[in-house]
Amino acid sequence: MFRSILRQTRALNGFTNGSRSLATAAASKPAPRLKTFKIYRWNPDTPEVEPKMQSYDIDLNECGPMVLDAILKIKNEQDATLTFRRSCREGICGSCAMNIGGRNTLACLCRIETDTSKETKIYPLPHMFVVRDLVPDLTHFYKQYKSIQPYLQRDTHPADGRENLQSIEDRAKLDGLYECILCACCSTSCPSYWWNQQEYLGPAVLMQAYRWLIDSRDQASGIRKEMLQNSMSLYRCHTIMNCARTCPKGLNPGRAIAEIKKQLAFD
Amino acid sequence: MLARQGLGLLRKPWASTMKFPTTRLLAARSLTTIKASHDQEQELLVAQRKNRPTSPHLSIYQPQLTWILSSFHRITGVGLAAGFYALTCSYAATSLLGIQFDGATIAGVFASLPFVVKLGAKFVAAYPFAFHLFNGIRHLVWDLGQQLTIKGVYTTGYIVLGATGLLGTYLAFF
Repeated sequence: MFRSILRQTRALNGFTNGSRSLATAAASKPAPRLKTFKIYRWNPDTPEVEPKMQSYDIDLNECGPMVLDAILKIKNEQDATLTFRRSCREGICGSCAMNIGGRNTLACLCRIETDTSKETKIYPLPHMFVVRDLVPDLTHFYKQYKSIQPYLQRDTHPADGRENLQSIEDRAKLDGLYECILCACCSTSCPSYWWNQQEYLGPAVLMQAYRWLIDSRDQASGIRKEMLQNSMSLYRCHTIMNCARTCPKGLNPGRAIAEIKKQLAFD
Repeated sequence: MLARQGLGLLRKPWASTMKFPTTRLLAARSLTTIKASHDQEQELLVAQRKNRPTSPHLSIYQPQLTWILSSFHRITGVGLAAGFYALTCSYAATSLLGIQFDGATIAGVFASLPFVVKLGAKFVAAYPFAFHLFNGIRHLVWDLGQQLTIKGVYTTGYIVLGATGLLGTYLAFF
């Protein structure tokens, strides 16, 4: 019998490249690191039930490093009714934008805080109508984006019928603007947008308005500026800068809005 | 496929009149779904939109220097404006009513107050004034397009807080 154990040990050592013995392999199974997630729940089928926070415990040893891994694990193993948007899991689609630990970010780019004594709270994007659980209604946000006409507008076309050319310097002006994925983290972090959502366009949309204003190929800047020249669309921005603080892509909508204000001041 | 499937339709009156697609029941899950026409989906959507709650905002957002200082700026601005209007309006009202109300009178009344009340009043006036002053300058810097990075926002924010502490303390005690 002793010999057979020895043989097993040798076999195992063979597998683990000889670095571990059987005893340490058995002892090294780590103690579970249970982390509590408190997640906002609301079900449209039972609208009379108030929104509530529901707790889920996850063993961090058996979970990926990101918050999206955790909520996917909850949905797969604990509660299939938990509802949220997700797609690319690498921060390029903007679907999994939510409020994690009090700030807006993408669940796929947000690491789980490994301190298991603290619970992590997850809410939908702030001050939005909730479709269900962590899914906010972004209809109005997308309509606002459409309203700034986010596409190239020209009266003249290149003589050779090919591309609208742009110098390298002019192209460089679009860096830091075109990377926006419209996840709505910034707009829904903005207190001005919370209070004046119906009329104020919000940081994400205004940054795209600026992106088209400074595009050297665009010829509609007159109309674009005219659309912003009122008290609500642009000037509800009070330079709070929650937008730049929260942007999961590291962009700076606050600066873009300030640049629009500067342009309009000289109009 | 024109008709999609939704769970919510199970709860609606038409659910009982519709045929249950038993052949489509998934063994793996205990939930059932039913087919719905576009109109039925639309009706459900409208009904749901009436009930949607607004997600929590101010009460759950992480305290950050950005919006905390901005809210202080708004609050101190409102307070200072209220004080300014109260003083100017009382000047106007008392001169109409013929009541003695000038700088010397106010200073006399203030001097006769107990020390704690005087210090408290100076505290309440000095710190909001100092903060609003320095943060106003910070806003002017921003309006020129300067310091509009996270680093700039935080650096200028701490400078404003430090300067407020110094000037506020000076005005309150000296």
